[in-house]
Amino acid sequence: MADKKKTKKGQGAKSSPVTGKKAGQGVKAQTAKAGKSVPEKAVKSKKTSVDKAPEKALTIRVCVGTGGLAAGSQGVIDAFYRELSARGISAAIEKKCVTKTGCRGFCARDVIVDVILDGEPSTYQYMKADRVPRVVQEHIMGGEPVEEWLAGEDYHNFHFGQTKILLRHCGQIDPEDINAYINVGGYKAAKKALTWKPSEIIEEVKASGLRGRGGGGFLTGLKWEFCKMSKGSPKYIICNADEGGPGAFMDRAIIEGNPHSVIEGLIIGALAISAETGYVFTRAEYTVAVERLKKAIEQARANNFLGKNIFGSNVDFDIEIKHGAGAFVCGESTALMRSIEGKRGMPRPTPPNSVNKGLWNKPTVLNNVETLSNIAAIISRGSEWYASYGNENSRGTKVFALSGKVKNIGLIEVPLGISLKEIIYDIGGGIEKNRKLKAVQTGGPLGGCIPATHIDMPVDFESLTRIGSMMGSGSMVVMDDTTCMVDVARFFMAFTVNETCGKCIPCRVGTKRVHEILTRITEGQGREGDIDLLLEIGTDIKLASLCGLGRSAPNPLISTINFFRDEYEAHIKEGRCPAGVCKALRQYLVDVASCKMCGKCARVCPTGAVVWQTRQKAFIDKSKCVKCGACYDACPFKSII
Amino acid sequence: MSDKKIRITINGLVTHCSAGQTILDAAKQVGVKIPTLCHDDRLEPYGGCRLCVVQVKGVNRPLTACTTPVANNMIVITENEAIHRIRKNMISLLLSNHPNDCMRCEKTGECTLQDLAYKYEVDGTRFAGEKWDLPIREDNPFITFEPNKCILCGRCVRICNEVVMAGTIDITGRGFNSVPDTAFGRPRTLDNCEFCGQCVSTCPTGALTDRKGRGKGRCYEMKKVKTTCAYCGTGCNLYLNVRDEKVVKVTSDYDAIVNKGNLCIKGRYGYDFIHSQDRIKTPLIKKDGKFHEATWDEALNLVANKFKQLIADHGAESVGAFSSARCSNEENYLLQKWVRCAIGSNNVDNCARV
Repeated sequence: MADKKKTKKGQGAKSSPVTGKKAGQGVKAQTAKAGKSVPEKAVKSKKTSVDKAPEKALTIRVCVGTGGLAAGSQGVIDAFYRELSARGISAAIEKKCVTKTGCRGFCARDVIVDVILDGEPSTYQYMKADRVPRVVQEHIMGGEPVEEWLAGEDYHNFHFGQTKILLRHCGQIDPEDINAYINVGGYKAAKKALTWKPSEIIEEVKASGLRGRGGGGFLTGLKWEFCKMSKGSPKYIICNADEGGPGAFMDRAIIEGNPHSVIEGLIIGALAISAETGYVFTRAEYTVAVERLKKAIEQARANNFLGKNIFGSNVDFDIEIKHGAGAFVCGESTALMRSIEGKRGMPRPTPPNSVNKGLWNKPTVLNNVETLSNIAAIISRGSEWYASYGNENSRGTKVFALSGKVKNIGLIEVPLGISLKEIIYDIGGGIEKNRKLKAVQTGGPLGGCIPATHIDMPVDFESLTRIGSMMGSGSMVVMDDTTCMVDVARFFMAFTVNETCGKCIPCRVGTKRVHEILTRITEGQGREGDIDLLLEIGTDIKLASLCGLGRSAPNPLISTINFFRDEYEAHIKEGRCPAGVCKALRQYLVDVASCKMCGKCARVCPTGAVVWQTRQKAFIDKSKCVKCGACYDACPFKSII
Repeated sequence: MSDKKIRITINGLVTHCSAGQTILDAAKQVGVKIPTLCHDDRLEPYGGCRLCVVQVKGVNRPLTACTTPVANNMIVITENEAIHRIRKNMISLLLSNHPNDCMRCEKTGECTLQDLAYKYEVDGTRFAGEKWDLPIREDNPFITFEPNKCILCGRCVRICNEVVMAGTIDITGRGFNSVPDTAFGRPRTLDNCEFCGQCVSTCPTGALTDRKGRGKGRCYEMKKVKTTCAYCGTGCNLYLNVRDEKVVKVTSDYDAIVNKGNLCIKGRYGYDFIHSQDRIKTPLIKKDGKFHEATWDEALNLVANKFKQLIADHGAESVGAFSSARCSNEENYLLQKWVRCAIGSNNVDNCARV
């Protein structure tokens, strides 16, 4: 609370628009140009009573990403309209002062609301509909922000440490309004690209050093060049929005927050390879994202940015949305294309590569959402500018989904090459409950675990691969010392077992057997030789699997054995889980010295294993104990160990 | 195909290939055997079983021979310590989800999985874990499916879709629980299956077997008689599997130039007539409304006389011949020649013309 109280409006200003820019600029642009499409409802509810704040420029931005909607942002928006019209601030309503925006990354604090009064922004967190009247009354009418609900210093630090290129407009503009995107310079890059030769576009993207953000890290410009050179017609461009890894939601956030940036990327890509049809392959579960994308495509068509003779040129290009059926493996390029063709989503061996024989056996470029979102900025601001971010081999910025035992959970955008330490401590705010960092798992369920000792390593494609992990989708799971690494390996292996397509033996049966052995170890049934067996079969799965899924699946296993072998040995040889996670290996004892004889443990024990009488120390009968941990949780004195 | 200009070295042996050939093709050329489970010459390369992995010089990971195209000056080692270990582990993994009941399996003796387990000295104990326990499917008269023996090589599915184009089966389920099946697991009927048995012919294990031949003898107890199918003029080659002087099964002749092992329902399963009690073995002549057995001479004389009579009474144009598609080209040629020259009529036709 003390932190929050200290927060001044000025700090709010620091955060809300693009980091690094001065707050007021973005805001004014937003407020001035926002009035183009007034919602009908708002117009109808217009009242001509006492207008207290007509001369004041007011913008209210409410996050309507999936996180925001789940936290009740629609109710907040309705409440603002209700309260504003009840107080007769009709001018504000007319100007559509309540703007919907996409996710700005800090979903844990939703609903996040910016109230910008006369260019003076304040950010509220944890907003609810019932908090709106007071905000309207005190802040909008009275000019005094409600200090206790304002976002605190940690919120601002979270944004301050980031470098936003991709997410610069996410959370700032209305994703359902093409004019909002045009007002911030949208589609200028596409128009510019139309005046260039395809080879010039390719050269520019190549020079930027942009590498595939889906995890492969292949040079985007080079991929385009290969496809351009490939014989065969027609050519296709596909946007891979099949973001299936648990904990990864950057693609969703980009589509929800700024769908037009993806469309613009696709248009420029299509111009570079001379494609007339583009596809967006997305998860059907991303309902909000799909709806916004559909709307965005329709708006782009209405503006002649898509369809026949786009931008009045002689080029045709249109986009079709394809829904995935919930298979993780369909994020793999060849499986994705088979899925679009209506076949079972199973990868095929390469060569031939997709750039030569992809969708319908025609030359195809497949780019990830994040990759495509970078394109417009590269074309508008130049490859040199883009390449100035990042390090030698990994240029630009990357969006990561920071989760796990870190204080600030959310979506972050940082230049590649930044150290893990900066991400976790400066942006993430450090480890929850100030515990000790144990490891970071990067790259989604197929990535490896990086131990805390390597926290100074730079986060780029090569460094991550070298250490036995990968860039992957860009999720980062932070683990503290209460995490059991054997259990972590088992968890991620379970994911692979569920998501392997079943085509090749190592991935289908190998991961299953690895998961069974790991389960055995966590249940205290580990055997001598298990670690070597796991390493051998893990290596063979990596070497022999058909596609990227199988080849990466053993990463969590091999990296945890490499860096935390002692934990495996403790499980197998000593029957002990050092982190105290594996239930079967737990043993509950009463610390007689600290036991205060309150008897709470005995009252919660479901099996009567805790023996206790008034004014007597408790005792746990091991033969009856089912290791449920109820006594451990109930003890107020931490006397159960 | 272009000229064989690509030079490739396999286990020290040099050979020349044309573009588009795979390492597996090249290995066959020089007589080097690479183990495979999911490969069938009739099908597109699949790369599913990973047993054909080989080491290519300059590539840091093993490549599958069945899918990797040859490149000039490629140097391939088909088996080294690492490759041997991978193959061994792949077979071990397969056997860990396999009934391993070779002693009573229909396929014993001609099972690729069994041969490879023998060659690489593996059993199913190393990775013991969860096993499938699916019921045997005998929902039709021709094909028995024992899913527990399936190794998911996908050959049945691919031959059904790539060669027969029937689309009867596809792989259903996902991951460890993937299994080839008909749509919605419905029984095979003539509505959804052609019963050509092509899936059976390509199955490398005992998962798909010919139901009619089950329990009638081991493959090494059969006398295999190569013959041509009698059903149509295509002339597919096949092997009659004969045991105790009885035809108990028909199997494919994969080297046949005409059909490369492919057969249809008639060729593969239509052999019941051979030992049928109802089979007509002599000509029959109808007298007083009833058929009576006769000799060939009696029958031919009768027919010849009737033809003569008809020509005398109504002219040669009153006689015609309609030949069968089951006859060979040579037989059809002879028939039309006979009608034109011996009878003097041009009334000739064949059921294949329809």
